[in-house]
Amino acid sequence: MKRVYVNEEWCLGCHLCEYNCAFANSGFKNIAQLKGKRIFPRIHVEGDDKITFAVSCRHCADPICVKSCIAGAISKKDGVVCIDRTRCVGCLTCILVCPYGALAQGEDGTMQKCELCTGNFCGAPACVTGCPNKAIVYEERSAQE
Amino acid sequence: MKNYVILGNGAAAVGCIEGIRSADKSGKISVISAENRHVYARPLISYYLEGKTDAKKMKYRPDDFYDKNGCEVFYGETAVKIDTSSKTVYTDKDTAVKYDSLCVATGSSPFVPPFEGLDTVENKFTFMTLDDALAVEKKLSLGSRVLIVGAGLIGLKCAEGIYGKAAEITVCDLADRVLSSILDAECAITVQKRLEKQGINFMLSDSAVKFDKNTAYMKSGKTVFFDILILAVGVRANTALIKDIGGDVNRGITVNERMETSVRDIYAAGDCAEGNDISFGAKRVLAIMPNAYIQGYTAGVCMAGGDAVFDNAIPMNSIGFFGHHIMTAGTYEGECSETVNGENVKRFFVKDGFLKGFIIIGNTDRAGIYTSLIRNRVPLDGVDFESLKKLASNSVFSSEIRKQKFGGVV
Repeated sequence: MKRVYVNEEWCLGCHLCEYNCAFANSGFKNIAQLKGKRIFPRIHVEGDDKITFAVSCRHCADPICVKSCIAGAISKKDGVVCIDRTRCVGCLTCILVCPYGALAQGEDGTMQKCELCTGNFCGAPACVTGCPNKAIVYEERSAQE
Repeated sequence: MKNYVILGNGAAAVGCIEGIRSADKSGKISVISAENRHVYARPLISYYLEGKTDAKKMKYRPDDFYDKNGCEVFYGETAVKIDTSSKTVYTDKDTAVKYDSLCVATGSSPFVPPFEGLDTVENKFTFMTLDDALAVEKKLSLGSRVLIVGAGLIGLKCAEGIYGKAAEITVCDLADRVLSSILDAECAITVQKRLEKQGINFMLSDSAVKFDKNTAYMKSGKTVFFDILILAVGVRANTALIKDIGGDVNRGITVNERMETSVRDIYAAGDCAEGNDISFGAKRVLAIMPNAYIQGYTAGVCMAGGDAVFDNAIPMNSIGFFGHHIMTAGTYEGECSETVNGENVKRFFVKDGFLKGFIIIGNTDRAGIYTSLIRNRVPLDGVDFESLKKLASNSVFSSEIRKQKFGGVV
């Protein structure tokens, strides 16, 4: 299965992936509509003055968030870890258990996460498409799957 | 074809069903469900009262779950006896179900102390099931004065759930602090103050000793007048079925890492079971939903002849009140260090070079990075822990560790 991977040696820390992600899931017609608004992306750039890299859901083979969600709102569909936000009550247990720090609350307080742009118009992860120097890639890295 | 029987119909039972089906697609699964309901997310009952979810949304699995997994569910029946010689379970409705492999996932029951005069109280409820929540909802009105006995997770979530729907909410507890099972004294005061700001009254180191209709007589000599009484003193693991057949029972049914009890072909999972807590280094009942599911899943895989172990269980709780979040994990032993940033508090407990536990109030971003250090027993000497204490970030790990975490399928 294809997943999103980051090549930290190429990441500039420009945060463009965060904007592309927020736009992909915003319902807006133009990315410029995000200007001046607080964004709630499903990918985030971490790092310090030495290194930067983008973090989003790993779509783990054995996802602990799915097993831990107290509402049963997180499930795996064709390998993609998805959340039914209508059922999320915002308890944040998934934040407590995700070893990668990959989940965050959306604007309404319910959880949101990377679903590899399967639920929007993009067709492929917008963070990858928009990354100026291929610091984020979308590819197959396991022979077993 | 193998006969699987599961006693209980909560998160552990669902885990067990999914675990069995990961290894055996055809065996027969029978589920004995005391509650006459499709499986629902039990901790959501306070959110139901709050209006954040409804009976449909709080179903823990879709409507076709049992069908799709080939389960027969015996609703409204409680298992009363296990006969190990004939490998049969008997229910209170005289149903007999044969098993090759059995999972006890009977959960826990509210513990109600024998208060004097409790029988004179008309509107008294426990707060464990959706039926409890529905019953409270029915009696609750804007004029209700509510007394909650117990300032633990259940009592306080109940208080939040009915907030704004009652005239007065008072919570009492014999313990000297709120959430005494997960918070230390100082953090408990921070949380209590926030709840008091919302208008919830507390009577700590104090509890009811006697009731007379709508009056509670407290240990301190005070009296509390109420219309609705919620009993949230604590819970007891439902262990009787295993105790009765001579199986090993402590506070819960003791299980090994495969969730096997001391009785052949019988497993246990969830709030009724007592497995190893690796942060504590001994067996403990960990009555939390993730634990219930994972124990159930582990049991299911093993019941179906597969090989699974659950060997990194720790207590962990994420709980919010009025938009303020609290996360706790592990055991509070060792050296405590604290970072405070305005209203945000993080307390870490380190022993022998390992993170053993933490309490976070406020900024809970990416807290799972801390949890993973405890669960995976990561030695702190390879981690910039000083930076990590301030901010949960993957940048504190070496690029090799980051490559393992983010460079391949995990």
